[in-house]
Amino acid sequence: MRPILMKGHERPLTFLKYNRDGDLLFSCAKDHTPTVWFADNGERLGTYRGHNGAVWCCDVSRDSSRLITGSADQTAMLWDVQTGTQLHTFTFDSPARSVDFSVGDKLAVITTDPFMGLTSAIHVKRISKDPSEHVCLFCLCADILVVEIVPEISESVLVLKGPQGRINRAVWGPLNKTIISAGEDAVIRIWDAETGKILKESDKEIGHKKGITSLQKSVDGSHFITGSLDKSAKLWDIRTLTLIKNYTTERPVNAVTMSPLLNHVVLGGGQDASAVTTTDHRAGKFEAKFYDKILTEEIGGVKGHFGPINALAFNPDGKSFASGGEDGYVRLHHFDQDYFNIKI
Amino acid sequence: MSEVVSMEEIRAISDRLGVDLTQIDLDSIHLPPGDDLGIPSDDEDLLEEDALEEDQGFGNILVVDNLPVVPKEKYEKLEGVVRKIYSQLGVIKEGGLYMPVDPETQKTLGYCFIEYNTPQEAELSKEKTHGYKLDRSHIFAVNMFEDIEKFLKVPDEWAPPEIKPYVPGVRLFTSSVFFEMLLKWLTDEKARDQYVIRSGGDTEVLWNDARQMKPELVYKRPYWTESFVQWSPMGTYLATVHRQGAAIWGGATTFNRLMRYAHPQVKLIDFSPGERYLVTYSSHEPSNPRDTHRVVLNIFDVRTGKVMRDFKGSADEFAVGGTGGVTGVSWPVFRWSGGKEDKYFARIGKNVISVYETETFSLIDKKSIKVENVMDFSWSPTDPILSLFVPECGNQPARVSLVQIPSKEELRQKNLFSVSDCKMYWQSNGDYLAVKVDRYTKTKKSTYTGFELFRIKERDIPIEVLELDNKNDKIIAFAWEPKGHRFAVIHGDNPRPDVSFYSMRSGTNTGRVSKLTTLKGKQANALYWSPGGRFIILAGMKGFNGQLEFFDVDELDTMASAEHFMATDVEWDPTGRYVATAVTSVHEMENGFNIWSFNGKLLYRILKDHFFQFLWRPRPPSFLSKEKEEEIAKNLKKYSKKYEAEDQDVSLLLSEQDREKRKKLKEEWEAWINEWKLLHEEEKMEREKLRDGEASDEEEEYQAKEVEVEEILKVDEEVIPFEESQQ
Repeated sequence: MRPILMKGHERPLTFLKYNRDGDLLFSCAKDHTPTVWFADNGERLGTYRGHNGAVWCCDVSRDSSRLITGSADQTAMLWDVQTGTQLHTFTFDSPARSVDFSVGDKLAVITTDPFMGLTSAIHVKRISKDPSEHVCLFCLCADILVVEIVPEISESVLVLKGPQGRINRAVWGPLNKTIISAGEDAVIRIWDAETGKILKESDKEIGHKKGITSLQKSVDGSHFITGSLDKSAKLWDIRTLTLIKNYTTERPVNAVTMSPLLNHVVLGGGQDASAVTTTDHRAGKFEAKFYDKILTEEIGGVKGHFGPINALAFNPDGKSFASGGEDGYVRLHHFDQDYFNIKI
Repeated sequence: MSEVVSMEEIRAISDRLGVDLTQIDLDSIHLPPGDDLGIPSDDEDLLEEDALEEDQGFGNILVVDNLPVVPKEKYEKLEGVVRKIYSQLGVIKEGGLYMPVDPETQKTLGYCFIEYNTPQEAELSKEKTHGYKLDRSHIFAVNMFEDIEKFLKVPDEWAPPEIKPYVPGVRLFTSSVFFEMLLKWLTDEKARDQYVIRSGGDTEVLWNDARQMKPELVYKRPYWTESFVQWSPMGTYLATVHRQGAAIWGGATTFNRLMRYAHPQVKLIDFSPGERYLVTYSSHEPSNPRDTHRVVLNIFDVRTGKVMRDFKGSADEFAVGGTGGVTGVSWPVFRWSGGKEDKYFARIGKNVISVYETETFSLIDKKSIKVENVMDFSWSPTDPILSLFVPECGNQPARVSLVQIPSKEELRQKNLFSVSDCKMYWQSNGDYLAVKVDRYTKTKKSTYTGFELFRIKERDIPIEVLELDNKNDKIIAFAWEPKGHRFAVIHGDNPRPDVSFYSMRSGTNTGRVSKLTTLKGKQANALYWSPGGRFIILAGMKGFNGQLEFFDVDELDTMASAEHFMATDVEWDPTGRYVATAVTSVHEMENGFNIWSFNGKLLYRILKDHFFQFLWRPRPPSFLSKEKEEEIAKNLKKYSKKYEAEDQDVSLLLSEQDREKRKKLKEEWEAWINEWKLLHEEEKMEREKLRDGEASDEEEEYQAKEVEVEEILKVDEEVIPFEESQQ
């Protein structure tokens, strides 16, 4: 089917997220207003106004009532999805890069960038669930810091190995017991969510060679995929951090996602926006590439963006996906019937 | 440091001890070796100074002999003359000119020393002035100061050289070893070809396994070369280039170093077509920045590693004629005559062509061929025939002439008028020579192009003039069909030029050139004929983004059109079965190469970052006799059946393997998923707890239920009149 072009952002897209029911699509961009769309027809439903900087990431609660966004204005905000009101603001000393709700939506992991001499950090915040008295409760509870993992001040051994540069993504592991982080130093780390210790680190030999740009868990949370500037994406076991699959492409990978329905992996990227030549749009290879998850073979590609792809998300029903590009567009693709009959 | 003891004190002590100082032999007292008891020796200071002198060496000092012997009055005049000669060739050190004088007669001794700043300058001067005739009776004999000592050691009697015992090994090139070791790769059972690629720091030699649609590694070595690699023209050796010199590699199944050729800072190398000789080139910064670069060329015998001849000089001397090249030198400086005998090589100089022969490595007839204003020359690929181009000069028209070597006899000459430029293209068998001539129009403002076609093998070498249908078309590319009679031309103006094919003999008309066809509006700017002829790739490089058209010239039909985006290189394998297209690191992105079949089917694609070189290993000419070749051609069907069957077996096996592999992968995945599901199930309770008892996960997956809801909207009562019809 023809993709639906959703023009609502004025700046490059940074992140896309479907809610669990798959009827809403949340988009973040470098303009300051995260937007929610009808996932079916691409109609804009509303915006969340309040941030004063690029919005890097968002997550929506399981019941689609809460939205959390992380922004370069050094805050993470909690919103009421339906009304668009700000429920709470978490303030940091450096830009918030990634946010993720835990299982049960009672905790959120937020990463902050290295900034003005501060090092990057992973914060875990508690979030109240009660919707009736949210404002007050949030004010009370939200600031209870359960764990704050700052690598430099934990055990001295960790300081050396601690993440260098930005942490681009941090997500919860199974049962909220671990946190998985990945970033510019190309190393994937599994932290103990209670003590803040590093449990596992990806091997330098088999791991990524350049900065990791994106990380996405599978629907059942058994594995996750990372995309990196080294022109590859890798599939990992979430418990043991063993490398399961490797997908190589021709372009730096900015975004990865996995189909919840079929064994397909989608990689998006393209050459660095600053290196885009004026010669030919094909030079950039701004395609969303489909790979067979198990055979790691390329199946096909979806063209369209005029610029690298920064964000990808699959509808939880597996029948459509959205891509957000440096060009400021969100493209919503509903699959034709043929797609579901692909045989290799 | 011990304190200084005065002589008085020593005497006092000796008197006290009753030792007679005069009786003591001081030399008999020995200090323990290596121990100076804290007293530094005065001698050591002297030694150190000497060592400093030694370190500098005398490599920059020349000894000039056979100078006139002059009395004191004429000393200054002679010194002036010598200084004038030698300061032209380099900077003489201050006080670096020393002419010894006989203290008795006050006359000079007939020689002098000259000290330069650098050994290079000294060497150059030596080259230049050795044998310089000052006058009839004074011919300079110039030597390096360092060599004098060497000459003194030469025994007066000749001693027979020691005969080294025979050592079997790789370094020996007996013909049986040669075939067994170095040409073994030709006997590959699958008749595959090899290629070498260089990417990042790694150099790899691979088999092109087209049946398996992938390469197979032969040999890989990181940092094998410091700049580039090159196959010898018949594929026997792979040459690598290092700071110290060049090396060649080869072997039966792997690559061993066979020989090294010392040449510091070598920049370029070139093999003779028969692989007998290797020419190496380097250029060195002059010590005086006003001077031009100094150029050193060595010609080695490939098998023995011996330097057969070296050439040294300034870059200017080697930068005459030709176009392009490195720092003004057009490479190769020495062009070898065709054929595998490597008999002659030539270079162009100012108003001369110097032709050397390899028996003595000296000029033929001891002199160069004098040709005023010669611009360019080229050898016939097969015969010792030179073609020369001399541009217009004054009243003289421009001309192209063919010269037979070694007789230096002019075979044919053609005068040309109002010529702006000329390019010569030999057909690979040496049958034809095409000369592309750019002529000025009458107004001299623009040029147009025509061709002069020489039929070398026919009597009297007939020349034919060919002009394109549209005379004003620009010629973008020209290429002869290898071993054939046809050629292709891209002409016209960008962006969509035309491609025309001509034949030197078509049908009944064998004596005249005729056009076969013109393809209109092709996105092409380069022509790549298959080495076997018949097939050609019309390629659109650079601006055309790597458009490829595979064309069959026999059928005049396009077999396939394809694209290798941004392709920079197209190379046919030596058999004409496969084509490689590559994007080298001139582009930042897309680096890697594609392998295609001759008819344009993409076989495989390999991506490598920082991809520098792709080179097919050349094959030597066939070892089969003519009769055998004819026999094979006759029974081609019989042979092809066998190979087709093999091909099929392989493809069946391949798909079977592929299926197996996929099955295995799928099974592994299933196993892993199942294991995970088990764990997932175990943790279900915990997850529910985390979600405050809400049934979690997939089990309560959203289901579409159809629910019928009936709603009563309104209840109306209406009285319907009852008609009594039973009246």
